[in-house]
Amino acid sequence: MCGIVGLFLKDPKLEPQLGALLTDMLITMTDRGPDSAGIAIYVRPEEGHAKLTVQSANAAADFKGLDADLSAAIGGPVTADVKDTHVVLDVPADKLDAARSAVTTLRPGVKVMSAGEAIEIFKEVGLPKDVAARFGVSKMSGTHGIGHTRMATESAVTTMGAHPFSTGPDQCLVHNGSLSNHNGLRRELIRKGMTFETQNDTEVAAAYVSQKLKEGEDLGTALESGLDDLDGFFTFVVGTHNGFGVVRDPIACKPAVMAETDQYVAFGSEYRALVNLPGIETARVWEPEPATVYFWER
Amino acid sequence: MQTFDLGAEGLRALNSSLHALKGQTNMTAWEVINPKGAHAIAAGVDAPVDITVRGSTGYYCAGMNKQATIRIKGSAGPGVAENMMSGTVIIDGNASQYAGATGRGGLLVVKGNASSRCGVSMKGIDIVVHGSIGHMSAFMAQSGNLVVLGDAGDALGDSLYEARLFVRGSVKSLGADCIEKEMRPEHLALLADLLKRGEAEHLAKPEEFKRYGSARKLYNFNIDNASAY
Repeated sequence: MCGIVGLFLKDPKLEPQLGALLTDMLITMTDRGPDSAGIAIYVRPEEGHAKLTVQSANAAADFKGLDADLSAAIGGPVTADVKDTHVVLDVPADKLDAARSAVTTLRPGVKVMSAGEAIEIFKEVGLPKDVAARFGVSKMSGTHGIGHTRMATESAVTTMGAHPFSTGPDQCLVHNGSLSNHNGLRRELIRKGMTFETQNDTEVAAAYVSQKLKEGEDLGTALESGLDDLDGFFTFVVGTHNGFGVVRDPIACKPAVMAETDQYVAFGSEYRALVNLPGIETARVWEPEPATVYFWER
Repeated sequence: MQTFDLGAEGLRALNSSLHALKGQTNMTAWEVINPKGAHAIAAGVDAPVDITVRGSTGYYCAGMNKQATIRIKGSAGPGVAENMMSGTVIIDGNASQYAGATGRGGLLVVKGNASSRCGVSMKGIDIVVHGSIGHMSAFMAQSGNLVVLGDAGDALGDSLYEARLFVRGSVKSLGADCIEKEMRPEHLALLADLLKRGEAEHLAKPEEFKRYGSARKLYNFNIDNASAY
């Protein structure tokens, strides 16, 4: 059991409330998984800017002077916004790859949570309310976001084992379920050049989708391919810089409810997660069909 | 009428009040407001009372129901009326997975659609769905009746025992050992009664349905199939 929430805004007027709405939805799902929690927020990108979100168990030492050191290493301006154990590093968009490789050289203790023009990922061990509060998620605005609260089955309860997993620029994936062929798939993906941080099954699904996107498939096609290649139980919610996708395995025993209005598309593991959204009383509410890909792009 | 605000008073207070109703009671009409998808609303009731839930419910609403009539003025989450013993549960909206699972008696009416595994392992319950049902419905269903005015998903009635399945629309596929059967006069009479009790007599006629049941080939171990196990 795990809890997933997601919100894809169609109405820009709701964007300042994205973090608050998503935090409330995620806290409602706490009893589906108290081990760890995480949120991916897609913030409207600034022209020419990109972001690295990195985490450290030793934040005070690792983040001290990191902006200046990184700036010197990539030869461009860097600003740092420290949030508890994470720091969001704003870098020139054309230097994102250089910054990503430099940051772990400069500070070997840090882990890259996400990289891209819009995405920021915050995740830690603990309850959703505590994790969201540590990172001030409820004050964040954005265009879409995904949250997850974990009851671990396949790998250790650690920060890196928490969802969302991000394995490509502006991409993330969360999962309720368990995969049975992830070890074999991980080996194949490593041969294709993907790298992995954990032994977690979900990270393999995320990397699988990233690999397909890299090969030129769109999000919908990549998720369709996943239905053939991923074996196990899953409800996945996936984010890209401008998209939001949902897919369930053919047995579909992991719960999923969706709601759509003129203002948003929302996902919850349970209807409870959606009850405080504006206009939910008149929203179209449905359960995603098994083995059917749903995605929205702006 | 007893009105209970679930948001203010909480689930445990509601269910304790309902469980305290034994045998005959003067408090026969209950209304639950602000359900907001909470779990186990009115589960385990054992009294001839009428409960109306004003909104959508989470897991296991009306589970194990005995005697009560429970109306959900919204949609129901997974396992609604699971293992119902008697009484009636009427859902105005849709029902999630395994509605009426293992039900032993009573009547479950879903006015919208029911999701996968509707009536799984049913043991005597009657289920009337005005819309369609999802895959693996009536898996290992043992007795009782499942009436579907719309369509059925994949693997209907897989490994079925003696439950009777009536579907008006299409069946995406039949599960192992489930076959279409002849509709005899007693089945039409049974269906007419179920449609009436299921508040669907104005929506469909018994002659419009097909009947499905067990081919009874999986009942006993067959040595010729040993290699398949």
